Amino acid sequence: MRNSIMWSRISVALAGLVAGVVLANGGALAASAENGKVAYVKHGCWQCHGFVGQGSAITSGGTVIGPSRLSFEAFASFTRNTNRTMPPYREAILPDADLTDIYAYMQSIPKPPDPNSIPLLKP
Amino acid sequence: MARERSRSKIDRRTFLTGVAVAGAAGTATTLMPPGAAASPTPAPIDPAPRPSALPPTAKMAAAEAGTPQEIKQEIKRDSGKPGSDFMVDVIKTLDIKYLPCNAASSFRALHESLIDYGGNKSPEFLTCMHEESAVGMAHGYFKIAGKPLLTLCHGTVGLQHAAMAVYNAWCDRVPVLVVGGNDLDAAHRPPGVPTFHSAQDINALVRDFTKWDDTPVSLQHFAQSFVRMYRIATTPPYGPVMMSLDAGLQQEPIREHGGKLYIPRFVPSSPPQGDSGAVKEAARLLANAERPVIVVDRAARTPNGIKLLVELAEALQAPVVDRGGRLNFPKTHYLNRPPSVIEQADVIIGMELSDFWGVVNSFIDNHTHGLGVNESKIKAGTKLISISSVELITKANYQDFQRFQVVDVSMPADAEATLPALIEAVKAAIPNDRKAAIAKRGEAIRKAYTNGRANVRRAAAIAWDASPISTARLVMETWAQIKDLDWSLVASEGNVSFWPSRLWPMEKHHHWLGRSGGYGVGYGAPASVGAALANRDLGRFSVSIQSDGDLMYAPGVLWTAAKHKIPLLAIMHNNRGYHQEVMHLQRLANFRDRVVNLGNDMGPIGTSIENPDIEYHKLAESMGWWAKGPIKDPALLGPAIKEAVAVVKSGQPALLNVWTQPR
Repeated sequence: MRNSIMWSRISVALAGLVAGVVLANGGALAASAENGKVAYVKHGCWQCHGFVGQGSAITSGGTVIGPSRLSFEAFASFTRNTNRTMPPYREAILPDADLTDIYAYMQSIPKPPDPNSIPLLKP
Repeated sequence: MARERSRSKIDRRTFLTGVAVAGAAGTATTLMPPGAAASPTPAPIDPAPRPSALPPTAKMAAAEAGTPQEIKQEIKRDSGKPGSDFMVDVIKTLDIKYLPCNAASSFRALHESLIDYGGNKSPEFLTCMHEESAVGMAHGYFKIAGKPLLTLCHGTVGLQHAAMAVYNAWCDRVPVLVVGGNDLDAAHRPPGVPTFHSAQDINALVRDFTKWDDTPVSLQHFAQSFVRMYRIATTPPYGPVMMSLDAGLQQEPIREHGGKLYIPRFVPSSPPQGDSGAVKEAARLLANAERPVIVVDRAARTPNGIKLLVELAEALQAPVVDRGGRLNFPKTHYLNRPPSVIEQADVIIGMELSDFWGVVNSFIDNHTHGLGVNESKIKAGTKLISISSVELITKANYQDFQRFQVVDVSMPADAEATLPALIEAVKAAIPNDRKAAIAKRGEAIRKAYTNGRANVRRAAAIAWDASPISTARLVMETWAQIKDLDWSLVASEGNVSFWPSRLWPMEKHHHWLGRSGGYGVGYGAPASVGAALANRDLGRFSVSIQSDGDLMYAPGVLWTAAKHKIPLLAIMHNNRGYHQEVMHLQRLANFRDRVVNLGNDMGPIGTSIENPDIEYHKLAESMGWWAKGPIKDPALLGPAIKEAVAVVKSGQPALLNVWTQPR
């Protein structure tokens, strides 16, 4: 059990490293926000986080992931290993390429507007 | 005899007469000695043109509604005022305004007495298309009117339909008077369908989640039990009650056995109040606490409960966490705080909590050891006080009492009734040298409240222009159109991220009615209609956030609303799935390292409501509602709601089918 956890941590760290390289290098290996949007829906991220990462007080504890405040490494590590309310997405069900694309999609989501710019939300 | 009349001249009354006689003829075969061959009744030759809805054959009519020959003879001999007329006399003493009900033969005698002898007033019959809808309507009605409704149902199949709604009412501490028709006399009841629909003890089906039940065997027994059941249901803690009502007792004429029948006078019982010693000890703990927290769920049974809670909270300058079983505390009050304040508390008083364990602990469904993780949310040494009337009626089978939580002071009593004594005791117990510190505590909470409001607005702005429409936008576009009315949010589950209670200035008891209680899905639609009925009589505007899955359990309640002219604005949160289950399946697949099977849908197989998409607006329209949709563009939502509000103000129900984000 302990070994499997250790190997899982190592593999996630390696995955994070590889993805970081991919993201940093750009070019042909660059992550695709467009593909990421498709992967985001296919892998069920929308279920708890909404289609644009807005989250919910109920299903994501209010956490907003569009865009994410986490670095890719932190995001990948959390996604692979989370042991809290969010279920983990291991490589068997979420390939590294999709994980990278999903992050790219999240980071492509524009920052939310100032509530004072929305008449219905003005105090 | 029926066959001698011309079919073309059959009206409803003569048709029913024909059924009764034909029924008697049909059942005559059952009186033959054992072993004798029963000759089938020949089908009547019908030369007249067939009507579009054919009357039943004599055999069918006998099975459903026929009266055996021996009972008919008895009725002739003893004809007089029917027993069910006396039952109506009893019911009328309790001023029950409505009777939401799906008609059934096992209470046909009482039904007939209510509408003909009783004039269809107090109660007025409301035609329902499902027993679950009838009970759900009564559930919602009570939460506005504060008075219970009566429903009648077939004792077996009807009660089976009603059972989930009864369970919701039980868990939500709402009184509903359920009377099930049942033909007990196996020697005399009609064979066939009425016998399928009879049972020895129909009440057994709901006994685990009703406060009391009975099966009266005489009219005097009925009178006593009906008044008793009303009193039991309306004494806190409230709850549904059940009566099995024998069809024979309803139909037979009144016979006075050893004395004149009388109707007992109803005198309401006072609610149970907390023990004075326990109240004093609770006050001592609260008055001397550094960080006391008040947690409430169904503490405010009435509008006065809100005033009392404000008084207690202000005396202590203690934050209040409202779990939302009712509107207990004004959302606009600075002492209204989120659940996170519990973590810093040194004394917590919980009032009418349905789950005290869940208030001070968390459960994380992370599949550790295949189960999950339990964690305490509070500091060691935190003192816990409970005032809960539910402890007085705890039963064993259904687990609505939740996990066991040890508390330091336990008062099995009604919170609202105990509050005046508690407030007085708290004020007396606050030491003079603590008053400045308590006032300072209040100032800090006020600052946190202001910051919290700003955070909520920021969160609502995210995805404001998204399509499907964000639930925050759905809620605020609705608010913009109703804010100047005397409004009441009659149902909305947590499925829109609690936006109404986070963004709307809820202050009055009728601004928020709480949820289903037992989380039996299918509550929202009928409870909305029932609450809207009560609001209609008060001249108040009703709005519901109606989810898609909930509506489809028994959508016939839409017709009931249109039929009885119950104005209600239903804004649909149509996320096209049983979303709770969507997430559950995804979680389980992830825990097991399996790619979840989506089939051709967005959610896991068996959890999506799409392909084809349900056109709820057309469904509502077909049942007499004004309706529009599907609305996917957020820019179109406001104008559509404005239009719908105008329709509802004119007295009609209106529905908008809105495609929304999942939560």
